[in-house]
Amino acid sequence: MERHFEKELNNLKLTLEKMARLTQESLACATRALLEDDKTLAEKCFANERLINNLEIDIDHGVADFFALFQPVAIDLRFMLAIQKINNDMERIGDHCINIAQSAISVAAFQQKTGLMELPKMISVAQSMLHDACESFFTKNLQLARTVLETDDIIDEMNRANTREAIQLVKNDKTSIEMALEVLRISRNLERIGDLSTNVAEEVIFHVQARVVKHHADENKPRVNEEKRHEA
Amino acid sequence: METAPHYAKLYTKDLHLHYGPKHALKGISLDMKAYKVTALIGPSGCGKSTFLRSLNRMNDTIDNVNIKGSVFVDNVDIYHKKVDEVQLRKKVGMIFQKSNPFPKSIYDNVAYGPRIHGLRDKAKLDELVETSLRRAAIWDEVKDELKKSALALSGGQQQRLCIARALAVEPEVLLMDEPASALDPIATAKIEELIYELKTTYTIVIVTHNMQQAARVSDYTAFFYMGSVVEFDATERIFTSPKEKQTEDYVTGRFG
Repeated sequence: MERHFEKELNNLKLTLEKMARLTQESLACATRALLEDDKTLAEKCFANERLINNLEIDIDHGVADFFALFQPVAIDLRFMLAIQKINNDMERIGDHCINIAQSAISVAAFQQKTGLMELPKMISVAQSMLHDACESFFTKNLQLARTVLETDDIIDEMNRANTREAIQLVKNDKTSIEMALEVLRISRNLERIGDLSTNVAEEVIFHVQARVVKHHADENKPRVNEEKRHEA
Repeated sequence: METAPHYAKLYTKDLHLHYGPKHALKGISLDMKAYKVTALIGPSGCGKSTFLRSLNRMNDTIDNVNIKGSVFVDNVDIYHKKVDEVQLRKKVGMIFQKSNPFPKSIYDNVAYGPRIHGLRDKAKLDELVETSLRRAAIWDEVKDELKKSALALSGGQQQRLCIARALAVEPEVLLMDEPASALDPIATAKIEELIYELKTTYTIVIVTHNMQQAARVSDYTAFFYMGSVVEFDATERIFTSPKEKQTEDYVTGRFG
């Protein structure tokens, strides 16, 4: 028999899954709006943002209720802490998608679209990172989570390359400054989506293995409060 | 004589206990650090209370009990034939699940132990009674009615009185067997705060079925299952990242 506790836990997981799907859809819409000059896709992204924000609030309440009612420990505690952080990460990703969608609308008005050449590759990497990060959480797939962590360096380098390219663009043609600024903005937002996907992957490792890997934390080092408590 | 690790006020080594044919403790080796609270958790019948009672030889009085292995308190094996059980129980006090005040006044309940141990001086007894009641965080509630029957106190007050009674013989270790399981949340919170205060002076070992209580009051937690210790670690580890699957399943309520 499924316990009441597990039913509530599962409900939260399902809500987060819905949010993750919407976030991935937003990224797809925003980037297609950019690459295909399709304003309706940008609008779809704006509509999704409201849904994502509502889900964020639902999950916030659900997590608070869960802590108050069930006092989770061990793997359940780590799961709830992970859900809370991923919820926040997903909402932020939704915001970055909005930024990209806004840029897509601006870029659509430009005659010259030089500078966008490298973005499709970066979009593809960001989409994979987001997809894999979400998938790794819902399937507890550590291998997939590690793949996301490894890809973060690649997307960071792509952002740096785009920055260099944007500078070159302006140097070559001063009239392309607006385009260059949009490229920078889009690249920066994709890079942030990569960072937030990495955060999600770190939460997967925390949830499944109780290891803190963010900021290259040494998992064998005792936690500060634990050290203090036992010295007392 | 074998010596305990310097930080352990109590420790057991390969402790086995049989109740007749039933093997209740299967080779328990556990350190309990001085001035810390060690919680013993586990499902009913896992041996945690039996283990607790072994720490001041309370099992000796039960028929058909056979104990092997060692229990050290301050490096002394308490099962050595030269150990005086009365002195041992003075040093290692016990608080039970159900408060059990004597049908006497509040004062006489607390003074009972010291009197048994020979203290007759009225002024010293008065001082000891007050100190013990203060340490048990009940002095302010009873100071004006020390001659009143202890049985007239509420359940929570009776339990704190029993703690005061245990403290009056100046123990160094307190064994607590589900000390708050029969109390309401307010009385429970008082007992838990008291445990937190008492550990600055005493070494405490507590058996509890209440996971959250173990998490709140203890520094170390041992998970018992079927007469063995499955896992022993800092309490925050046990409740955030236990190493053993059985421990995780138990603390999350998935078995037991």
